[in-house]
Amino acid sequence: MAELNYGLSELAVEIRGMVREFAVSRVKPVRAELDETGRFPAEILRELGKMDLMGLYIPAEYGGTFEGDSMPNIIAVEELSRICIGVSVSYAANGLGADPILIGGSEEQKKKYLPPLASGEKWAAYALTEPNAGSDAGSIRTTAVKKGDTYVLNGTKQWITNGGEADIYTVFAVTDKSRGARGVSAFIVEKGTPGFSFGKKENKLGIRASATRELIFEDCEVPAANLIGREGTGFIWAMKTFDVSRPGIAAQSVGLAQGALDEAVAYAKVREQFGKPIIANQGLSWMLADMATQVEAARALTYAVVKTIDSGAKDYSKFSAMCKVFASDVAMRVTTDAVQVFGGYGYMKEYPVEKMMRDAKILQIYEGTNQIQRDIIGMALNKEYAAAARR
Amino acid sequence: MGLKIDLDLCTGCGACVAVCPFCALAQRADGKVEVNEACTACGACLDSCPVGALSLETESKPLAMGALDGYRGLWVFAEQRGGKIHEVSFELLGVGRVLADRLGVELCAVLLGHQAGDCAGPLFEHGADKVYQVDHPALENYTAEPYAEALSALIRKYKPEVVLAGATSLGRGFIPRVAVQVNAGLTADCTELDVEADSRLLIQTRPAFGGNIMACIVCPDHRPQMATVRPKVFKPAEPVAGRTGTRVVENLPLKEPGVKVLETVNAMQNEVNVAGAEFIVTGGRGLGAPENFKLMAELADALGGAAVGASRAAVDAGWISSFHQVGQTGKTVRPKIYIACGVSGQIQHLVGMNSSDTIIAINKDPDAPIFGVADVGIVGDLFQVVPELIKALRG
Amino acid sequence: MHIVVCAKQVPNTTQVRINPETNTLVREGVESIMNPFDENALEMALQLKERHPGTQVTVLTMGPPQAVDILKEAVGRGADEVMLLCDKAFAGSDTWATSYALSMAIGKLPKPDLVLFGKQAIDGDTAQVGPGVADWLGMPCITCACKIEIAGNRALVERAFEDGYEKLEVALPCALTVLKEANVPRMASLRGKMAAKKLQVAPTTAEMVGADPAKLGLSASPTRVMKIFSPPPKTGGVLWQGEEPAVMAQRLVDLLRERKLI
Repeated sequence: MAELNYGLSELAVEIRGMVREFAVSRVKPVRAELDETGRFPAEILRELGKMDLMGLYIPAEYGGTFEGDSMPNIIAVEELSRICIGVSVSYAANGLGADPILIGGSEEQKKKYLPPLASGEKWAAYALTEPNAGSDAGSIRTTAVKKGDTYVLNGTKQWITNGGEADIYTVFAVTDKSRGARGVSAFIVEKGTPGFSFGKKENKLGIRASATRELIFEDCEVPAANLIGREGTGFIWAMKTFDVSRPGIAAQSVGLAQGALDEAVAYAKVREQFGKPIIANQGLSWMLADMATQVEAARALTYAVVKTIDSGAKDYSKFSAMCKVFASDVAMRVTTDAVQVFGGYGYMKEYPVEKMMRDAKILQIYEGTNQIQRDIIGMALNKEYAAAARR
Repeated sequence: MGLKIDLDLCTGCGACVAVCPFCALAQRADGKVEVNEACTACGACLDSCPVGALSLETESKPLAMGALDGYRGLWVFAEQRGGKIHEVSFELLGVGRVLADRLGVELCAVLLGHQAGDCAGPLFEHGADKVYQVDHPALENYTAEPYAEALSALIRKYKPEVVLAGATSLGRGFIPRVAVQVNAGLTADCTELDVEADSRLLIQTRPAFGGNIMACIVCPDHRPQMATVRPKVFKPAEPVAGRTGTRVVENLPLKEPGVKVLETVNAMQNEVNVAGAEFIVTGGRGLGAPENFKLMAELADALGGAAVGASRAAVDAGWISSFHQVGQTGKTVRPKIYIACGVSGQIQHLVGMNSSDTIIAINKDPDAPIFGVADVGIVGDLFQVVPELIKALRG
Repeated sequence: MHIVVCAKQVPNTTQVRINPETNTLVREGVESIMNPFDENALEMALQLKERHPGTQVTVLTMGPPQAVDILKEAVGRGADEVMLLCDKAFAGSDTWATSYALSMAIGKLPKPDLVLFGKQAIDGDTAQVGPGVADWLGMPCITCACKIEIAGNRALVERAFEDGYEKLEVALPCALTVLKEANVPRMASLRGKMAAKKLQVAPTTAEMVGADPAKLGLSASPTRVMKIFSPPPKTGGVLWQGEEPAVMAQRLVDLLRERKLI
């Protein structure tokens, strides 16, 4: 198929081929079952680990293959998402969980925790959200109180992706209530730590293969050595993580939308009504054309943001938010249109597009709702234009 | 010997490249064609060349004929397990009788085993003129090495010109060793056999390329001419009660087997085996889910105890064990009635069932290749048609 | 332990179609792949390597220069060594001559404990090369193996028959032909693929393995392909459509009863 020249590295192209083949041969045959039962795709993640694909974002010194180019990781997420974002979110959540360690962790923490993540031997999760702290992440209530050379954690985290399945959790907790968001600290908590347990597994509209659970901390003692950075820096790590992880959600969106487009075009070519394939109807082919154009535009923006981040740019929150909001809105529209192309069959579980449409919705919600993304963009515009006016 | 390309004549049209079944022809940078190691000198390309640039070079082999004359007789390896002769052996005696008569030679059977009871009787009744029998403790359970050793010893001693064995997992497991030991040509999994009376050559036809093409194979300069023959493609010989023949008991010093049989497990205990079944109901990808094989079982029951078969797609999806698989990589079947439900009919499936007496296909897609071999094709949703069929059968 | 896996590059026969007009094989666009059953043999070797550290896996293929592709694939999955047996002298070899050539090549390798083959190759479907090689090597050979455990210098092997399994014990070295049911072949790893890219494979010739030229190639092959043809399509059936399922079902049962088939 013809494709735009995104100047991908040889490694990125290699990864694309590998993950595409993997997704088709390993994920596609089970995605309907995973969706139906909500079973966690553990065997899929294990195999990705064996294929050296769990450490694409981790530098070589910690056992991964990252050498300054984030595109291989982004493309791996995109290609998995083309088949199933329930699987791709379980995959990408490892990176989300590891990012605070990569960004703010000490050398000792990196050496201890990153290599088993890179090999896929262990899995990670990121624990920020609480029942009363979603978009308003600064209002978290989980507390961490210093006691000797430990911190004692108390509280509940909600909707944690890979909850219960992951071995390593980066958990955000308040160490100084009086300082608001500046009183939040980040901790590495290992599964099996006394006082750390899991609540119910959520029954979701989409991404049903992913494990979404509550984390419960009851006088859970975590070694002080597991504090990431200094006390009070947690919110910085949380937000910086989002800045680099949002293009991952965009990549999921691009992949999912591409997958829905693949299905829609293939179906439109074989489905015959009034004696001809439905793709021969201009109304329908224009719909497909719009879908394809949106997917490519979302991909172009996403890749450009990733390359900008890789180039060492300092101020990219706005762009990160832009690609997330744009691509996820595209995914929602394209998957909805794909169901429309399939007509009545699209509404049935025999075909994959209804699942894709259900899955798409989460992309507009998690890692900051699309309203929050627009806030970020809006605030950045306000700031940038004010600065320009002063000059 | 091999394929010769007259480069002066070759126009570089590429017509031969497309027809070569072995990808052995390729166009060079200048467009002319060259042949590579994959060539088997089958000659499939010869007619494709519009300018006659292709020819087969053959060596004359004057030495052979005298040496080959010492080989006479047509042998059938009689497969027995637990004292029971495998049906394929009777099928081989059936076709073997015809071929042996054409060659004007004896039809013989070879029986290997240990205290397996009198298996020679049924072989005589099914047409064997002579039975070579080896009874030895090393042959008690089938393992390839002593079986090969015994059959090779008999071949060296008695020099048959043709040796046929069933293309069962047993036959295909040890016959290749025999071919190496007696320096003979061996053709696997034949579906047709014939002899040229004057040259005494066995013409062996077998499917290749997953059944997409058929190849006729001969073995001009080596004896015996050996073939394994696919079960269920020939009709078994009609037994003649009381018919008898010559029994040759051979004592052979066989080596201790290197492979020891610890345990035999029958995995089909409570199910009808598709191999040998008179009625087969096969489910394919169209079943959509493993639990829908229950519908196949119900239809099998309504037919009064049919076997349940499966296409490769259904087996690969993990819906049913591979013991049920029909086709190129599964079993070849020849039931009276074969009902294919939701089976598209890939060529690999068709070669395993297209000699069934009556084939019925149920499929949603009117263009499914399965309808090409079906005696009765029903275009429809199997989930609607099959329950009605069950009702009609029971009614 | 040293395990040799013999693999073959084959056209993907599932992609081969017959042109209905000319009744000839349409081979264009058919990719070359590692014989799928050989993938199971390789996977069995790699799993044994994981269970028995220190195991070396060598993959051997005989074929044209482009067969190196399957050796690269094997290295990508974790094979340690490869050998490409490639020589015009092998051209046209049937299973007898092929098994001789492979056995000579194996004789040049460090002495193997196990020699693994796929059950059969999907282009020829003969299933003869594995047992043939074993015979040249004087090894026992268990065909249709689906499970293996190594204990000391013995192997416990499960092999399938048409209607069940047999559990066997054999002393090493031995040869096995491996079924699809044995495992799910892994995909190549990223690091494996990178190593495979750098791999240079010099062809090993007939002379290098000390093979007797009189036992090689077409002239040494006892069998000859006399002709090749496309199977005649079966015709003459009837197709019912567009009627109520109950009507068609009843008509079918009536027909079968009328023909005294049921």
